[in-house]
Amino acid sequence: MAIDARPPDYIPGRPFLTLLHKEIRRFLRVSSQTLFTPIITASLYLFIFGATLGERISVLPGFSYAQFVVPGLILMGVINNSFSNSASSLFMSRYLGNIVDLLVTPITPPQFIFAYTLAAMIRGLAVGLVVWLVSMFFAALPWHNPLAAVAMAALASFLFAQFGLIVALFASSFDSLSMYTNFLILPLIYLGGVFYPISILPAPWASLSHLNPMFYLIDGFRGAILGVGDLPLWVAFLVAGAMSAALFVWAFYLIGRGHRLSS
Amino acid sequence: MQTPALDIDHLCKSYDGSAAVKEISLAIAPGEIFGLLGPNGAGKSTTINMVSGVTRIDNGAVRIFGHDNQTDYRITRCLTGVMHQEIVIDNFFTIDKALKMHAGYYGLRDDPTWRQLLIERLGLGPHLHKVMFKLSGGLKRRFMIAKAMIHKPRLLILDEPTAGVDIELRHSLWEFVREINQRGTTVLLTTHYLEEAEQMCGRIAIMNQGEVVALDSTRNLLRQLGGRQVEVNLAQPLTAVPTELAHFRPVLADDGNLLRCALDETDTAIALLARLTGLGLKVRDLETRPPNLEDVFLRLTGSHHHGH
Repeated sequence: MAIDARPPDYIPGRPFLTLLHKEIRRFLRVSSQTLFTPIITASLYLFIFGATLGERISVLPGFSYAQFVVPGLILMGVINNSFSNSASSLFMSRYLGNIVDLLVTPITPPQFIFAYTLAAMIRGLAVGLVVWLVSMFFAALPWHNPLAAVAMAALASFLFAQFGLIVALFASSFDSLSMYTNFLILPLIYLGGVFYPISILPAPWASLSHLNPMFYLIDGFRGAILGVGDLPLWVAFLVAGAMSAALFVWAFYLIGRGHRLSS
Repeated sequence: MQTPALDIDHLCKSYDGSAAVKEISLAIAPGEIFGLLGPNGAGKSTTINMVSGVTRIDNGAVRIFGHDNQTDYRITRCLTGVMHQEIVIDNFFTIDKALKMHAGYYGLRDDPTWRQLLIERLGLGPHLHKVMFKLSGGLKRRFMIAKAMIHKPRLLILDEPTAGVDIELRHSLWEFVREINQRGTTVLLTTHYLEEAEQMCGRIAIMNQGEVVALDSTRNLLRQLGGRQVEVNLAQPLTAVPTELAHFRPVLADDGNLLRCALDETDTAIALLARLTGLGLKVRDLETRPPNLEDVFLRLTGSHHHGH
């Protein structure tokens, strides 16, 4: 006969909320690295492309270059920081071994994933928000469809939080972790249309860019803000949604099995 | 029959084809203090990790108070508190913050009275607001014990809780474990200090090479060795035990300088001494004493236990 199960004062949502709280505190504790550095980097980009070069370039009729580039820079901040947060937090826990502190608790795989994801999204979106506030010095955005813009930013941060979790599980060293950032995320962002519209590229490059997942996120986000994009908004959402779902299923499968978490 | 606090049922684990734990079974009754001993690499920590959920189970089952720890893991994790052997800490937080948070992982509200009791009994008070990486090894271990107990588990697993903890605190720690046990918590512990195991544990399992080689009450294990133990200090070291001494179940230690023998009720130390001198062995000193757990351990595992 099994004894009474959980203690009477067990609060069902509490393990999830505690992990979320811990993850948020983690990035706030090192906010100089996790929040201020990305904001300063983005501000430098804004200065270069918004205030200096921006006045001499025009890539989209009817909009200044600053107006064109700001949505891309905001989303770049969102993507980079959502990815870094879940990737470095989970990898550090694996590396230092304190992941066992979670493995021995009743936290379920979905609670685990959603806590890491939500914290990563909060950091990514917070950086995005500040980049937008700073960008007001350089360009006024028309906010054509604000709801869709926020939804796309949220979707992008969700997607890269999942990707961060997956990378954290496969990475075997800090070096390999930064390889993903430097040789995968950054090139994809830079080539995904942050600084130029894909439509101005010559034929093979324009088509090739359609294989870049960033293109759909950046174009969708910019399209929602400016009202003009290379793709219809629904296509951007469809592709971003499908990618998010696929990565979530993958992360769920890996974490559910304890892949490289339990021995 | 009463549901065991911990029921390990034909548990197996292999790493890259080599078996770390070979189909072990044992049951611990509620309220016991149970010792799991064995040389390094015997499979103790692997077993504990399978019980706590850190290591996947290849085969077999673990039931905690009747709940399967794979299918009902949310229940078993709440019932179990585990302190692992490896020191793991989260450098981002202070002891105080980490303890408060850890209760939350178990779905519990912070209980300041209980937390304060753990802090006091484990001597963590003066270090509460230090970040983890500034703590000494012994302090980290004590913090890990507090963390294992923060959700008031029914089954407490302590894997080498006293390694690196100074002697005074070790005593107070064991006193606290006894107290927790008297309040109804079942305790499973491993330790390298066999004297501590002898004093603390009602029953003991000895593991060697992934198998349980002995499982009995501490008293019975000691009784198995029979009468007294004799430690013979040799003037010249031996490389092998002379077969003529087989009757005394001899074991060589200390690079061949020490010969440990067991005396039956009919044997005398004088008879042993006569046999040794008859073989031409020069004896420097000879000491008789009652058997201890280290003797049991040595005979069952054939290995030297690095106690301190």
